[in-house]
Amino acid sequence: MCGIVGLLVKNPALRDQLGQLMVPMLIGMTERGPDSAGLAVFTDPLPQGRRKVSVFAGYVQNGDRYDWSELVSELNRDLKAKAEVEAKGNHGIVSFAIEPQRVRDWIMRYEPLLKIFSTGRSIDLYKDVGTPAEVAERYGFASFRGTHLVGHTRMATESAVTPDRAHPFTAGEDFCLVHNGSLSNPHAIRRMLAPHGIAFDTDNDTEAATRFLEWRLREGDTLQEALQKGFEVLDGFYTFLMGTPTELALIRDPFACKPAVVAECDDYVAIASEFRSLAHLPGVNHAHVFEPAPEEMYVWKV
Amino acid sequence: MSDINKIPPTQPQFSATFDPYTLSEIRRAAATGIYDIRGAGTKRKLPHFDDLLFLGASVSRYPLEGYREKCGTDVVLGTRFAKKPIHLKTPVTIAGMSFGALSANAKEALGRGASIVGTSTTTGDGGMTPEERGQSKTLVYQYLPSRYGMNPDDLRKADAIEVVIGQGAKPGGGGMLLGQKISERVAKMRCLPEGIDQRSACRHPDWTGPDDLEIKILELREITDWEKPIYVKIGATRPYYDVALAVKAGADVVVLDGMQGGTAATQEVFIEHVGIPILAAIRPAVQALQDLGMHRKVQLIVSGGIRNGADVAKALALGADAVAIGTAALVALGDNDPSLEDEYRKLGSTAGAYDDWQDGKDPAGITTQDPELAKRLDPVKAGRRLANYVSVMTMEAQVIARACGKSHLHNLEPEDLVALTLESAAMARVPLAGTTWIPGNPL
Amino acid sequence: MESLKFDLAVTPLREVNQFLHSEAPAKPGLQVTIENPNGAHAIAAGLNAPIDVTIDGHAGYYAAGMNQLANVTITGSAGTGVAENMMSGKVHVKGFASNAAGATAHGGLLVIDGDAGLRCGISLKGADIVVGGSVGSFSAFMAQAGNLVILGDAGEALGDSLYEARIFVRGKVASLGADCEEKPMGDAERAILADLLKRAGHDDVDPASFTLYGSARTLYNFHVDNAGAY
Repeated sequence: MCGIVGLLVKNPALRDQLGQLMVPMLIGMTERGPDSAGLAVFTDPLPQGRRKVSVFAGYVQNGDRYDWSELVSELNRDLKAKAEVEAKGNHGIVSFAIEPQRVRDWIMRYEPLLKIFSTGRSIDLYKDVGTPAEVAERYGFASFRGTHLVGHTRMATESAVTPDRAHPFTAGEDFCLVHNGSLSNPHAIRRMLAPHGIAFDTDNDTEAATRFLEWRLREGDTLQEALQKGFEVLDGFYTFLMGTPTELALIRDPFACKPAVVAECDDYVAIASEFRSLAHLPGVNHAHVFEPAPEEMYVWKV
Repeated sequence: MSDINKIPPTQPQFSATFDPYTLSEIRRAAATGIYDIRGAGTKRKLPHFDDLLFLGASVSRYPLEGYREKCGTDVVLGTRFAKKPIHLKTPVTIAGMSFGALSANAKEALGRGASIVGTSTTTGDGGMTPEERGQSKTLVYQYLPSRYGMNPDDLRKADAIEVVIGQGAKPGGGGMLLGQKISERVAKMRCLPEGIDQRSACRHPDWTGPDDLEIKILELREITDWEKPIYVKIGATRPYYDVALAVKAGADVVVLDGMQGGTAATQEVFIEHVGIPILAAIRPAVQALQDLGMHRKVQLIVSGGIRNGADVAKALALGADAVAIGTAALVALGDNDPSLEDEYRKLGSTAGAYDDWQDGKDPAGITTQDPELAKRLDPVKAGRRLANYVSVMTMEAQVIARACGKSHLHNLEPEDLVALTLESAAMARVPLAGTTWIPGNPL
Repeated sequence: MESLKFDLAVTPLREVNQFLHSEAPAKPGLQVTIENPNGAHAIAAGLNAPIDVTIDGHAGYYAAGMNQLANVTITGSAGTGVAENMMSGKVHVKGFASNAAGATAHGGLLVIDGDAGLRCGISLKGADIVVGGSVGSFSAFMAQAGNLVILGDAGEALGDSLYEARIFVRGKVASLGADCEEKPMGDAERAILADLLKRAGHDDVDPASFTLYGSARTLYNFHVDNAGAY
C-alpha cells in the first residue's frame, strides 16, 4: 500500500523545474509510504543506437562510494561499449552504444551484487529504502530535469522492505509502473509468464503486473489493448501509474479501492493518491481537479 | 452353540472420509440448499497450548515463594500515542461480543464480572448499550465494517476504540445475524427492519488497506482528541504482515484472534477452514513487532481458545501482553451448562456441544433475544462466576510464573517453554522437550 | 455573530479540531473559516455544536466526519468519506466528493454540488444525501434507511443489497444491484424528494423528473433460489 505521484509538464519552460515540483509531491505521500521511495524520470532520449541502464550499488559493500569509473573502463575494455557514467552515490546511470542485453549480462558477471533498475533511451530510475524526504535528498531529486516523472512511496505489504522491492518497477525498455493496492493472483501471473522466458528480479506483486503489461506490449498490443488484458487477468486492487518515453498512463481497478486525484492545467498534468500532494503546485487552485474513474484508461502525452 | 466353521460376517465400517458427521452434512445441504450456519469456534483438534510445557526453576534457577513473593499481573494498554492508556489488574480481558448476539443480561454480566477483577470488556457489532457502559469500568468500543449502532457520543464514552478488521472464526468474512435474533430493540439499534436476516459487510465502507487505515485512525484520534487507545483487531492468517501493517498504520494495541475464536454466527465452512490456530500466530506477530522495534510498545492481545491460567502464561511467554476470552467467558456465565441438558436435547444438541447461537433459543439465556429466556440469566450471579473464573486464571498464571522465578507475568519468555510435539515446536518456535532442537533452525 | 479564521498552513489541525470540540459548543452560531486545507484529513471531524464552519479549499479524507449539529461547507472538493457517519447537521461540498461520501450516516443532510465517487451513501443509516452531479458504482450499497437523491446518473450496481433506504435518480442508471428495483413514487415520496431538493438549493428541479428505487426485499430472509445474489 502506497502513495503514487506523477507529473508531466506541458510547458517546456517548466522542464528545468520538473524535479523541484515533484519533491513536495513525493514528500506529501510520506504517511502512505514511509518505507521506501522511488522515482523514474524521462529525459530527452539518447541518440539512436545508444542506451542507458540505471544501476544500483547499494548491496555492494561501501556502495555509497562505488567506483563507477572503474566499472566503465572495464566495460569499455571488455566490450568496446563506448560507455559513460553519471553517478550519484550508489546509483549510476551507465550509457553505451551496444546491445543492452550484452551490457546487462556483463554487469551481472562483473559484480553480481549490482542491481539494474531500468533500461532504455529515456528512463533514469532511482529507488531506495528510507522516507521519501531522505531518498529525495540522497539522489538530489529536486535537480532533475525532463518531461515527466513517475514516483512512488511504499508501505510494504507482503514483500520485504529492500531497495529492489521499492517502486517503480520496470520491464523491457523505457517502461515503468508504480502501484497502490495489492494483487491477489501475482503467483499465478508469474507462473503464466515463466514459460515465455520472463524472469523476475523480486517476489513483489507489482513486478508481476509490470512484466505482464510489458510482455503484452512486446507481443504487439497497443497500450490500450495491453491494459484491457490487464483488467481481465490481474485480480485484486490496484491503481497503476505507468510511464513511457512519451506518455503517462493511469488505470484504477473496477472498485476504485485505492485513491487517485488529477490536477490538469495548461502547464502540467499532476497525479497523486491524494490532493495534499498537489496542493503546492503553482496555479493548482485554478487547475481542473478531478478523480479518475475506475476501469477507465487515462493517457497524457508529452 | 457357535459353529467355528461358520463364516463370520464383516463388521459394518464407516469411512474415515465419509464419516457420519460428513454424511449428515451432505444430507442437510441437499435438503435445505443453504450452508450450515452456527455459532462458536472451530471444533477440530488443533495444535494448541496444551502441547507446550514450562521449565520450572530447579537448581539452575530459583522459584518465588507462592504466597509471599510478589508476582505482578497488571498490564497497561495503549502507551504508544493515547493520552489515557488503559490500566488493567489482570492480563485476561473480555473479547468483543455484541448485544444482539448476546442478551442484555449477558452483556451486563460480562461488564460486572470484568469490573470486579479490574479488567476490560468489549462491545460488538451493533453498538453500545447503557447496561454494559454502566456496568463496565473499562469498556472497549468496537468500530466495525457494518457500523451498526456506530455513534460518536458512544465513541467518546468509550475507554478505548477497537477497529475490527477481522476475527479468528472468519477472517475475511462479515457477520451474519439471522432474523430470529433481530428483535425490536436490536433492529432499532442497527437501523434495520425487525426480523430480517442481517448481512454484515466484510470490508469497512470508507477505507481499504493499511495506508487508508492510517487516515481512519487519525480521524478517530482527532474526534476523541487523542485521548483513547486505538486497538486494531485482526483474524490470524498472515500475522507477520498484518501486525506490521497495523503498527505502521498507527495502532496502539493489536488484537490477534486465532481460529479457535468464537463467533455469534457464520458459515461452518468458514469457521473450520479459514485462518490459523493461535499457537501458530503469536510468534510471527511478535516477530513483526520486534522487527519494527515496537514489542511491548505496541501491546499485543491474543485470543482464540484461551481456557485457563496455563494458556495465559504460555501466550504471555510467547510474547503477548494480554489475552482475551470469549467462549470461556460465556461458559463461566452459564453457557452449555449440564444442568440444562434436557433443554439442549430438545434442541437436538447436548450440553457442551450446543452451538446454534444464531437461532436465539439458548436455554441459558445468553445467546438469545427472547425476553423469557434472557430472564433466566441473573447478571449479578453470572458476573460473579465470571469474576471468580478470571481470578482463578490469573492466579494459575502466577503459580507458573513464580515457579519459573518471575516477579511479573510479563517476564515469562519463550525460553521458559518446551514442546511435546513437532507441530507445536515448529509453530511456537520452542525446542522439542529434552532437546535443543527447534524445527526450522539449524542443529 | 462571532467569526474566527484558522490557517492550516500556520495552525496544526489538532489545535483547530480541539478548539472546535472544546470551545465552540459554548458559542452557538459561531462562524469559523479554515483556510489552506490543502487536502488535509479529518478537518472539522467530530463536531458537536450548532456552529458554521467553512473549509475554504480542497479537503482530504473524512472531512466533517461523524458531524453532529454543525453546518460545514467545503468550497472545493472533498476526499474519501466526507460526512461519514454524520448524525445531524449539514455538510455542503461545493466541488466533487470522492468515494464513500456520507457512508453509514445516520442523520443530517449531505449536499454535494458536483459528482460523487463510488459507494456514495454506502450502508446509509438514515441521513439524506443530495448529489447535484452523478454518482459512481455501488452507491447506496446495503443502504438501510434515509434518502439518496441523484440529479445526474448512477453507476453500476446501484442499491445492491438495499434495505429500506430510498434512491431517487433523475438521469440514467448503469445497472441496478441485487434486490434493488424501480418503485412507484407516491405523494409521500414526492414530498420527501421536493423537500430535499429545496433544502439542497435545487428548487428549480421538478421532482416528477426522478425515478424512485427501493428494495425488492427478496434477500430479507434466505431462500435457496436467491442464493446467487448473496
